[in-house]
Amino acid sequence: MSEKHIDVSMTVNGFPRSGSVPARRLLSDFLRHDLQLTGTHVGCEHGVCGACTVLLNGKAVRSCLLFAVSVDGGEIVTVEGLANQDGSLGPVQQAFHECHGLQCGFCTPGFITTISAFLDEHPNPTEGQAREAIAGNLCRCTGYQNIIKSVLRAAEIRNEMMQP
Amino acid sequence: MKPAPFEYVRPRTRAGVLAALAAAGEDGKVLAGGQSLIPLLSMRLASPKVLVDINLVPDFSALKISPTHVEIGPTVRHQELLTSEAVRKAVPLLAQALSYVAHPVIRNRGTSVGSIAHADPSGELTAVLSLLDGVVTIEGQDGTREVTGSDFFLGPLESAINSGEMATRVTFGRLPTTMGTACVEVSRRHGDYALVGVCAAIVLGEDHQIDRARISLFSVGPTPIVIDVSGILKGIRIDSKHWREAARFIASSVDPDGDIHATTAYRKNLVEVLSKRGLQCAYQNALDRVAVKQ
Ligand SMILES: Cc1cc2nc3c(=O)[nH]c(=O)nc-3n(C[C@H](O)[C@H](O)[C@H](O)COP(=O)(O)OP(=O)(O)OC[C@H]3O[C@@H](n4cnc5c(N)ncnc54)[C@H](O)[C@@H]3O)c2cc1C
Ligand code: FES
Ligand code: FES
Repeated sequence: MSEKHIDVSMTVNGFPRSGSVPARRLLSDFLRHDLQLTGTHVGCEHGVCGACTVLLNGKAVRSCLLFAVSVDGGEIVTVEGLANQDGSLGPVQQAFHECHGLQCGFCTPGFITTISAFLDEHPNPTEGQAREAIAGNLCRCTGYQNIIKSVLRAAEIRNEMMQP
Repeated sequence: MKPAPFEYVRPRTRAGVLAALAAAGEDGKVLAGGQSLIPLLSMRLASPKVLVDINLVPDFSALKISPTHVEIGPTVRHQELLTSEAVRKAVPLLAQALSYVAHPVIRNRGTSVGSIAHADPSGELTAVLSLLDGVVTIEGQDGTREVTGSDFFLGPLESAINSGEMATRVTFGRLPTTMGTACVEVSRRHGDYALVGVCAAIVLGEDHQIDRARISLFSVGPTPIVIDVSGILKGIRIDSKHWREAARFIASSVDPDGDIHATTAYRKNLVEVLSKRGLQCAYQNALDRVAVKQ
């Protein structure tokens, strides 16, 4: 049986991308398999671990809990889209580097996207807010302390970048 | 695992959605935020033949706040409801309960009407609907009906919505300023489903004495359990042993199942502790609201 395919197009990291996929193709699989953007990781595939988090129209969402066809016309940003324009590490990535916010790195793309969206809304978070912001993401390596430091450091870097 | 194949339709109008649901009948399911449905599909616990995506219907995303009511459309996301200052003023219990619903990233996509329609007995909003006698508007091609509060829930994941129908709105009346509310729960981690949770409402009468007191328990039975303890608390003031008496009465009225996360005895103990805490918080909230009004 050949499954019916549906055309989808969306903007991914600023570029128009399209494909023809079965309705059941998860956005996470569309990004990884169809677009070869393997920065987005898949851990649990049922919304619990947060590794697959991407930005949809500026808001953090689980890409394993969306069908690619449902975001037709949408604007997606993945971890690959969060570097600076010149290719150097973006503020959240730089903060993870400085604060040792990762070990194996499996969870990292989900943290980077979640924290980027969080800092857009809370440019000067308290430690409590930083803790709450990452509560929905699982990391099996770091023990989280350095990730919380990374959130606070990322806020500093962003604020420095904003200064003229 | 991945979902089984299904036919996907995404109508742009209410009439289109209702026609698609009617055509699909028992084989069809509404896709709202997908934050409960897609995990079920991926684990192959459900495999509907047709998914009707309701996210493109413009008027479904309406959140209306009038002097008397809050009306929530079926694609209003949890996060929008939680962060609306006007909703917080009109029905504080919605924000109190929503802060326990999952994590911000799930709340960005999950819908509040969907979580009521899903009728998960661990869902905070099921308890809110039952406690406040919220009204669910159910529409199908053959007409519209309204179902109030606890009558909406028939069992775990089972509601008054029939195949071919959907919930097009949930309506809450603005809470009187003499009413205080609270939501408290215990879960393994913040954002997880509760082991036991409680929504409480207290209405003050003359002299700030308690006139009515009700509680709605979630994660305790197959549907939210509403218990009236006005008889025990009427007329009393805080610090009284009556709080404990009310909490004991509530705990003795329920018989929660035990599972890998919590035994029956532990759940019963949580019901007692959280009922007392919830009622006291609701009482304090009522005093605060009355004070603000004066
Ligand atoms: C990691 C994680 C943690 C979570 N934690 C919590 C929690 O602590 N508390 C909590 O309450 N929820 C929790 N949720 C669930 C979340 O709140 C869901 O968003 C919500 O339960 C369902 O809303 P939805 O819009 O995503 O519905 P969907 O997943 O789209 O649908 C769920 C079901 O309801 C039906 N449905 C949806 N909308 C309608 C409608 N308008 N009319 C008729 N049927 C409809 C669908 O057909 C489906 O059967 C969690 C989810 C995840 C992934
Ligand atoms: S893979 Fe999406 S949340 Fe785990
Ligand atoms: S760094 Fe290994 S899971 Fe987080």
